[in-house]
Amino acid sequence: MPTRLVFDGVTKEFPGVRALDDVSFAVEGGQVHALMGENGAGKSTLLKILSGAYTPTGGTVAIDGALQVFSGTAAAITAGVAVIYQELFLVPEMTVAENLYLGHLPARGGVVNRRQLHDDARRQLAWIGEEIDPATKVGHLPIAQRQLVEIAKALSRGARVIAFDEPTSSLSAREVERLFAVIRDLRARGHVVLYVTHRMDEVFAVCDAVTVLRDGRHIRTFSSMVGLTVDDIIRSMVGRELSNVFNYAPRPVGGPALELAGLTGPGVTAPVSLAVAEGEIVGLFGLVGAGRSELLRLIYGAERRTGGTVRIAGRPAAIATPRDAIGAGLVFCPEDRKRDGIVPVRSVEENINLSARRLHAAGGFVLNRAWERANAEKHVAALAIKTASLETQIVFLSGGNQQKVILARWLSEDVKVILLDEPTRGIDVGAKSEIYAIIQQLAGRGVGVLLVSSELPEVLGLADRVLVMRGGALSGEFPRADATEAGVLRAALPVAS
Amino acid sequence: MKNTTGKFRLFWERAGMLVVFAALFTGCSLFVPRFFSPANMEGLLLSVSTIGIIACTMLFCLAAGAFDLSVGSVVACAGIVAALVMNATGSVVLGVLAGLALGLLVGLVNGLLIAKAGINALIATLATMQIVRGLGYIVSGGKSVGIVLDQFFLLGNTVLLKIPAGTDPVSGETVYFKIITPVLICLVCFVGFGFLIERTTYGRNTLALGGNPEAARLAGIPVDRLRIIIFSMQGLMAGVAGIVLASRMTSGQPKTSEGLELEVISACVLGGVSLNGGIGKMSYVVAGVLIMGTMSNAMNLLNVDSFYQYVARGLILLVAVAFDRLKQRRA
Repeated sequence: MPTRLVFDGVTKEFPGVRALDDVSFAVEGGQVHALMGENGAGKSTLLKILSGAYTPTGGTVAIDGALQVFSGTAAAITAGVAVIYQELFLVPEMTVAENLYLGHLPARGGVVNRRQLHDDARRQLAWIGEEIDPATKVGHLPIAQRQLVEIAKALSRGARVIAFDEPTSSLSAREVERLFAVIRDLRARGHVVLYVTHRMDEVFAVCDAVTVLRDGRHIRTFSSMVGLTVDDIIRSMVGRELSNVFNYAPRPVGGPALELAGLTGPGVTAPVSLAVAEGEIVGLFGLVGAGRSELLRLIYGAERRTGGTVRIAGRPAAIATPRDAIGAGLVFCPEDRKRDGIVPVRSVEENINLSARRLHAAGGFVLNRAWERANAEKHVAALAIKTASLETQIVFLSGGNQQKVILARWLSEDVKVILLDEPTRGIDVGAKSEIYAIIQQLAGRGVGVLLVSSELPEVLGLADRVLVMRGGALSGEFPRADATEAGVLRAALPVAS
Repeated sequence: MKNTTGKFRLFWERAGMLVVFAALFTGCSLFVPRFFSPANMEGLLLSVSTIGIIACTMLFCLAAGAFDLSVGSVVACAGIVAALVMNATGSVVLGVLAGLALGLLVGLVNGLLIAKAGINALIATLATMQIVRGLGYIVSGGKSVGIVLDQFFLLGNTVLLKIPAGTDPVSGETVYFKIITPVLICLVCFVGFGFLIERTTYGRNTLALGGNPEAARLAGIPVDRLRIIIFSMQGLMAGVAGIVLASRMTSGQPKTSEGLELEVISACVLGGVSLNGGIGKMSYVVAGVLIMGTMSNAMNLLNVDSFYQYVARGLILLVAVAFDRLKQRRA
């Protein structure tokens, strides 16, 4: 009999914030149920309640009619719940088999029975249709396979409720298909599959029902995909019509803002020469691993380049470190905000002023606190950053708001060129369109924008010109008028050998 | 309601441990005999001054996500070097400068090892801790080095302020509460480094470095240089503490201040400075240092065996850290 998961009046309050407000809906087993909503809508909180990481302040969670009171993540696992997060919780230095049975390794008298361990592991992996040598160290597996190991691990612990939190963000198209096959298999077994994502194509590819949350409240559950359109879902997510998220308007472009000549370095296989004009948005598209992020990091001085020159606003710029780059008016928003962008334990205000404060401190040393406060207030208002206060630690903000804080950090500088690496990754539709607007405002002010994205519509929707990278080298250039999905994608795909 | 809880939390974050100290101090004054006497207060302040001076810069090390284990050795070695140079040259100034230079040099080496050679702070400073301790024994021949210049003793023993505080019941003479130089030096450090961490780019960049080194680097903060400066300052202040201590003891002592580094780190963590980096305030350090000093002092007055004092100090640290974690989990 299929499993059934019921949320009834689930509420979670944090000091000053109600993250979930009386959320009630049921998830039927034998279905893949999408959970959607803007960042800050409460999806993460709901998953954390499901995984036992948070205790709800009100309401109940029931699996097959049995009320669950998770006193911790261990209790949730015992009850048959597994949450597969974006960041996987595997030990990279241990083997696949050891990871699968971590905590209950087959052992006698404390000595692990390796043969039984590997046999069990192989059986478990075969069950989800995967052939991985159980003796491989997890750290040596590609992300996609690690994810499958994590799923196998969940199943080995008897999971009946499996929640995925944006599982495809680092997968290739082929790997996504592989994952979907496993998810469909879970569905066929009657398990509850909860699927959190921002990607509409995936919802329509793999899901059977959709629940939308907004501002911590349950907005609507679509119990069938029949007749459902992307617009239906988006409307309930943002509560307003979204005609054109990009709102592209042509801008006048000026002289050269950024010029690269023969740039080489790790991750870039052929010397890169390109130019971005003042007020121009240049999209840099490529598949994962094409060397786009590496190129940006080389330009910014985050990695040491082995050759080539960078000119900013027509003048040669000696950039050996990020500090040099910022001094020359070149700034960079990294792809992985959490790892490279934010200082999680510090406040919103401090994260905004992190870089530009040096320009306003007396002698570059004694802080100008009045300026810092005013600057932070100005940008929080201008970019509509949602935060309880300027003193709030940035880690408590949603992804979209964290990204806005990083943009605010650079808007506080005298920016000539901005390098954006996947600026909307993991960000919901509403915040995305706000970030698109900010990017276009920047260009409107004469800033040269080099935008890396692996979302084709984003590149096509925003860029005045599209560059394509493949295998560490530039492989195509398209003016906006000629940039078609098919053409750009063709330039990005590996050439059949 | 929400607003008041927010304000309370903010207040608790800023000064919570100072309140704990105030409660502890009041309790000790009421229940521990002779605790709140002028002589004991004087001794208490004097005893926390060494830890206090070093804790100021340890705050920066911890805020940057590191720590420095070599400070105890530097205190001893700086005192010895100062004593030897003074005795050899007859100049107080040269002796003091030599002691400070030693501290700065050790700090600089620590900083270079950590920032440039990429050795982690535990290993780097564990190594220099032993090397410097050894050097102290070598140059002193393992014996205390007596200092012959009387002017040097003024540094650690000058009475700056005498406040009448009642009369001695036996002799009928007026009893004074005296503020002695090390206490003032410590106080100046609290204020000075408090200003540095709260109000300067140096302090804020240190916290950002500890909070996320890669984000700090990509935001243009010169993280290597910052680390070198932080550890150099730590060495320098350990040198200052060593010289003041040598002045109080009228000699350079190779065995002194063993385990001091752990006391300093304990005091900081007790006050609420995060071992993970990114979180720290001077008020935390002041509170931690005072709580540690008061506890030791009260236990001495109550004649608690020093063997038990070790156990008690360890337990207090554990309780404080557990308490802090609880506070964070609720947040």
